[in-house]
Parts: sequence; structure tokens; C-alpha cells
Amino acid sequence: MSAFEQPKSFAFTGENLTRAKQHMAKYPEGRQNSAVMPLLDLAQRQHDGWLPLAAMDHVAEVLGMEPIRVYEVANFYTMYNLKPVGRRHVQVCTNICCLLRGSDDVEAACRKELGIDFGETTDDGMFTLTEVECLGACVNAPMMQINDDYYEDLDAKSAAKILKELKNGGTPKPGPQNARKGCEPITYKGKGA
Amino acid sequence: MPKLTINGAEVEVDPGLTVIQACDQLGIEVPRFCYHERLSISGNCRMCLVEMERAPRPVAACAMPVADGMVIRTNTEKVQKMRQAVMEFLLINHPLDCPICDQGGECDLQDIAMNYGMDRSRYTEEKRAVKEKAYGPLIKPVMTRCIHCTRCIRFCREVAGVPELGGIGRGAHMEVGTYVEKVLSSELSGNIIDLCPVGALTSKPYAFTARSWELKKTESIDVMDAVGSNIRVDARGQAVMRILPRINEDVNEEWISDKTRFAYDGLKRQRLDTPFVRRGGKLQPASWDEALAAAAAGFKGLKGRQIAAIAGDMADAESMTALKDLMKAAGSPNIDCRQDGAAIGASRRAGYIFNTTIAGIERADVCLLIGVNPRLEAPIINARLRKRSRMGGFQAASVGPEVDLTYQVKYLGNDSDLLEAIASGSHGFAKVLKSAERPMLIVGMGALTRSDGGAVLSLARRIAETSGMVGKDWNGFNVLHTAAARVGGLDVGFVPGAGGLDVSGILDSSEVKAVYLLGADEIEMDGLKDAFVVYQGHHGDAGACAADVIFPGAAYTEKNATYVNAEGRAQQTNLAVFPPGEAREDWKIIRALSDVMGKTLPYGALAELRAAMAMGNSVFSAIGKVKTAGWGAFGAGGKLVPGPFQSPIDNFYMTDPISRASVTMAACTDAMAPANTRKTGTDG
Repeated sequence: MSAFEQPKSFAFTGENLTRAKQHMAKYPEGRQNSAVMPLLDLAQRQHDGWLPLAAMDHVAEVLGMEPIRVYEVANFYTMYNLKPVGRRHVQVCTNICCLLRGSDDVEAACRKELGIDFGETTDDGMFTLTEVECLGACVNAPMMQINDDYYEDLDAKSAAKILKELKNGGTPKPGPQNARKGCEPITYKGKGA
Repeated sequence: MPKLTINGAEVEVDPGLTVIQACDQLGIEVPRFCYHERLSISGNCRMCLVEMERAPRPVAACAMPVADGMVIRTNTEKVQKMRQAVMEFLLINHPLDCPICDQGGECDLQDIAMNYGMDRSRYTEEKRAVKEKAYGPLIKPVMTRCIHCTRCIRFCREVAGVPELGGIGRGAHMEVGTYVEKVLSSELSGNIIDLCPVGALTSKPYAFTARSWELKKTESIDVMDAVGSNIRVDARGQAVMRILPRINEDVNEEWISDKTRFAYDGLKRQRLDTPFVRRGGKLQPASWDEALAAAAAGFKGLKGRQIAAIAGDMADAESMTALKDLMKAAGSPNIDCRQDGAAIGASRRAGYIFNTTIAGIERADVCLLIGVNPRLEAPIINARLRKRSRMGGFQAASVGPEVDLTYQVKYLGNDSDLLEAIASGSHGFAKVLKSAERPMLIVGMGALTRSDGGAVLSLARRIAETSGMVGKDWNGFNVLHTAAARVGGLDVGFVPGAGGLDVSGILDSSEVKAVYLLGADEIEMDGLKDAFVVYQGHHGDAGACAADVIFPGAAYTEKNATYVNAEGRAQQTNLAVFPPGEAREDWKIIRALSDVMGKTLPYGALAELRAAMAMGNSVFSAIGKVKTAGWGAFGAGGKLVPGPFQSPIDNFYMTDPISRASVTMAACTDAMAPANTRKTGTDG
């Protein structure tokens, strides 16, 4: 837990606090602790995609929880980032379906395009590359997630193209990167074909 | 009541029990790591798997509630196989470092592995290692050995009330820790060492000093506070190596405070191991004969009123009895055992003991704390209050310093005026007390050592009487002492006789020419400048510095002595090691002095002295028991002085000569000091 600085304080913005209250209101009186996960997510979004200690302490305070219980939750789930991440968090799935469909190529393309390894962040703070477990888009394997968007049906070329476009400030189209619209069979040409 | 069959034997047990508890009642051994009878059930170690008829899978005995008609088997081959498999998994990541592990010899994992472990491992991958952690000066964590039973996590959360430990990460990466590196801020933290079934949490001061099988174990009583926790003193040769709790459901259950557990290294430092006599302004070692003669000479020719005696906070009842008798023989009424000047008299026992009893706290429904911080003054009693609070239907309120007691306490304010309001019924809380079924109050030394202590005490009595705290089978009036010797001293009657001076009187009076200090270190020694001072005790503390003659006495681990705890429970310590050097058991010293003074006391053996004590007060004939004390008038009149109460303890880790001499306690003081009292600037 060194090599980066933990901010001294954190507090929800007014807007996020209202949202936090809405989440808390979903649970019966006295069970507000159940809202810990959406609140941590809110905090992570507010704080450039990662959760500093101060944010976890703040969530604990808002919910009246013991701080250690919040740390436990934040440490259990891999989608809470406890270290700073780049503005684009590139998460490449390397689980079985993606692996069989060529995630090795996608991974290599990402490494080459960004010049970093898994778990690293580019010097300009733009990209962080992470290896992740199944994100539930197996039918469109291989895939990667960048911030909130899924990019599916990738190959080395399309993966590199997406990253290039992001580098140049563009907004690549999320979803399948081949001819598919959704998860229909790729040979399906419409009714009666 | 559900009836179930375990290994062919039919038993009837209370509903709500789990299978493991039923097995325990039957004396059937079920191996376990995570289950502990005083903690919540987590069911994660899986070691207690048993076979249950009509269940498709093995069930964890600790988490399975008993039901009528259940058929359980714990001795089949299948069960043996299942446990072997669980054991194999538990040992996957456990290091084979038993030879260098302090838990070796008293390790649950080691013992159970003897029954269910395999002689070789099928695991060829690398074992995991966990990074070193720091939990402060008391606990040495080697978390690579941890098997994730979570007992320590549950203890901190449930019993100690300082939820600072947690399971960080998941799966094979889970580690038990605090996440943010910090010292456990509990006065009960040492208990997780006992709870840990493996060597992950061991005692830091004890590390690598002894093996459990080479220690001589002596059952004894703790004197660091007035709780009288039951302890076991483990000694090797002439050194106390460690102190562990003994189970006593009525007193400390199976917990002890960190001071009780770790202050023992103070027994080896600053000890008085030979008599001293002041010659030419300097204390010089002397023989017993010289010292006794010097003391007798100092008392010689003085009238009774010119002599005084003060007993300290760790004095045992035997030596106080002997000293009282000696003072009586010398004609002196000036004796006192209340070093801190607490306004408690010896005449009405119900007025100075913890009438509710510690176990009785669990029956109370409302508790009023008056000028007391039980967390520092008696952590074990605080843990009992917390236990009661967790049961629900309990309300606690405090008139005193606003502190975190680890359970919900309504803070009424910190002014003695509030007591008047509660007693007269005009305060809102008076109604709560009145409507309660079993209300109790605890008045602390912070309230009774004030100049208006007597008035506070009688107000507390009025509150107890007006709110129905004193009934036929319930007495909710409690005084919480901080000194282990105090109740014993009052029971012995070590208080000023007719016209006698109390502690402040002795210190202020110019009439007193000679003072006998029996382990009294907590008084203003300046007041004794002109007097001839004899100090008898075990540590070279304030009292010894002011003395003209020093008699080296025995500490609590070195004598067979009686102490009466706050509840009024007489308990006896046993000699675990001999007093160092020339030091002697305390009552014998006084007996020897009486001989030299020509006023020989009428008992030559401990049994005779104890018989005399029992004659004087029947409390001493019922060892280990609490006698109900009759209610009556006590306390003093006088005006209440408005103002806040203050706890007599600000540093829990150093309260007496033993803990003040302890290096471990000094390290704790450093580590746990609140941030604002910590040194600043150059100490990094």
C-alpha cells in the first residue's frame, strides 16, 4: 500500500449523497449496511475510478458501519480498485471461453499498443491494463471491458483499433466488433436464409 | 426437549443447542477449530463434520441445531475419512515450523493432526506465505500459520467490542488483519492468543522463552485490579514465564485483561530482595536481624497515638490482619487501607462491595454508572456489561467522564449535581430506574475519592433505595474498587479505630512519629518527611524511597494469601515461585517484628492466622463464595461539591508497583497513548 498517495479526506458530493440515501432507503430500517456495495461503487466513480482509504472510511461513517467491515467488502470484490487506475481501465478477460476464442491475441495486441503489462498504468495516466476473470459475455468472446463499456468479438486488429481510437480522443463503438449486432449466430442471415 | 441419538446413545438436550454442544455434554469428542462456546458460530473450518441420518451430505456439528429424532454418528469410518480430508486441506498452506513455533505442545492443529492428519502431503505446489504484520507490543502475529478460523475476529467484535480485525481478500488470498496497520486498541487483546487454535497469534513478551511442557502451573488469583480474575501462573525455576486465565464463570469467565496477563515481567525488576536500613541518610543493605531491630528501635518509646500504619493496594488480608493486631498491641488506632482517601467505611459491608456480583450483571436491565470508567478500572467487568448489553433489553447511562465503553451508554453529563436530581426523581433517568425490574448502579473510585465522597456515597444509596434497587433477591448497589486489597482491608477492619487518623490525617499530623507502610506507594510521601518510616513491600517504588527501614516482602505470585475481590469474594493465591533473595511472606515479617518488639502475635502458622481471620469475619471462612450483605445506612452527610468526576486511572497499563516496573507495560503505554499525549517532534 505504498508507491501512491492516499488522499487525506473524502466526502460524497451533494448529488452522490442524495443517491447514497436513495440506495440506503431500499433496505429496511436498521439494515442500512446492506447498501455498502452501491455506496462503494458511487465513491469509486466519484474518485477517478479507485477507492482510497478515506472513501471507505466515509462510506463506513455514512452507513454507521465499522470501518474494517467496509474494508473486508472492498477487498473481497475485484471490481473495487484499491489503487489508482488510469482514466481508461482496460480489463481483458482471459477465462476459458475467451481463451478458446483467441484472447491471447487480444492480450498481446493490448500489451503492444499500450506498451504496458497487466497491472500497470501508462506513464500519462491514460490506461491501466488488467487481466480479469469472466465478465459474463462468453457468447461474444473474446471481450474486454473499458470503463463501463463492453467490447466484444475481438481480435488483435480490432482491439488495437479501439485502443488507438481512445488514445486519439475518439469514442469507439461498444459492443461486437464484427458484423454481429448482438449474440445471434454469425452465419444467421435472417429468416428463411 | 428434543431427543436425539448420538452414536447409538439417546440423549435429551435443551432446545436451541447445536449438535457439537450435545456431543460435548455427552463427552463425545468432536474436533473443532472455529467453534468456541463463548463466540458466535461461524462454521467455516469444517473440522467438526459428522454424519447425520437422512442427510445427503456430512453436516458441520457446530452449526447444526439439534432436532427431535436426529440420528448422529461421529465414530464411523466415513466421518474419520471426512475429517482427514478437511485436515489435509487445512494443512495445505500451514507451514511445518512446529519446532520454532511457540504454540508447539499446546496447539489444537498439532493435536488434531495426530488423530486425523496424514503422515505425508500429496500437495506439491508452493505453500502460500503471508506478509509480516504488526499488532503492537503484546501480540506476535505469524499469519502464515493462520487457518482462518476467525475466532480472533469474532472475539474483537463480540467480546472486546473493538471491531478492528477482519478477513481481508478472499479465497486463497484471504488474510486476517487490520488492513490499516494499527495496534489493537483493547484492554482484552491478549485473549486472542488463547483463542487462536494455531500459532498464528502468540504472546510477544513470551516468545521463544519457554515450552509449555517445562512450566510448573500454579492456580492463583490476580491482583492488578479488584476483579480478582482467576489465573494460572506458569513458572520455570524461579521465574514467572507467563500468566493465563482460569475459567471461573462467576468472575472472569475465561478472559483476563492485558495488564493481568502481561505485567508479570515487572516481577523481575526493581525488586526488594534484601532488607535495608537507612544509615547516615543512605539506605544500606542489612540483615533481617538488623532491620527488625532498627524498626523496633524506631517504634520504641512512642505512644500508641504516635504510631500509624497504611496498607497499600496489593496487600493481602493475612498481612493486614497481622499488622492490625500488631498496631492494636502497640495501642495505635491510626490504621488505614484507603490510600486514595475513598470515603467508604467498614461498618456496613453492603456499602462497599459489588453486591450485584459480576455474573449478576447479566440479570440487570438498567445500569447507572457514577464517576466510573469500567473499561480502564475493571476491563473484565466492562466485558460483562458489554455482554449484557449485547443480549438486548439493557440500558446503561453514565454520570461521569464521556468515554467509549464499547457498548451503548447514555451520557447524562458529568456533574455531581445530576445525582441530586436523579435521587429526588426530577431527572428523566430516575423514571427509567424506577420502572426497571432489576436496576443497578456502579459507583467508582473517581466519585468516592473526591472531597465530597461521603456525600456522593449516601446519594448513591438514596438513588438505590428510591428506585427499588435493593430487594429480597436483588441488590443493585455496587461499588467498583480499583485496588485488589481494598475489600479485604475493609473486611479485616483495617480502618482507623476510635479517634484514629485516616490516611490524610496521618500524612498531615505532626503527632505521628512513626509510620508502617504495608506496600503503600500511592500516597504523598512528603507528608512522612519527619516521621520514622518502615516500608514493607516487594518493589522499590515511592514507598521504599521514603523509608528508613525496608522489609522485602513477597509479590502475589510468591505467597499463599487471601484477597477479597470487589464482589466480596475471598479467594486465595498460591505460591508459584519463592520470593527473591531474602524476601519473605508478608505476614511472617510482621509476626517476626512483633517478636522483636516484645508484642508477639498469637499465631505462628498460616493456618492459625487464617483461623483467627475467620473468627474475626466469616467472609474468610467461605473461600471462593460471595455472601450476601445486609442492607443498612452508610455514607456520610455533608455538602455535595458541584463539578465533574474524574477516573482515577488515566493510564490503564501502569497503576501499581508491578505494572510500573514492567517493560511490556511501558511499551503498551507508549503504543496506546492517545495521539494527543504522545510525544511530538523528534520521536519520529
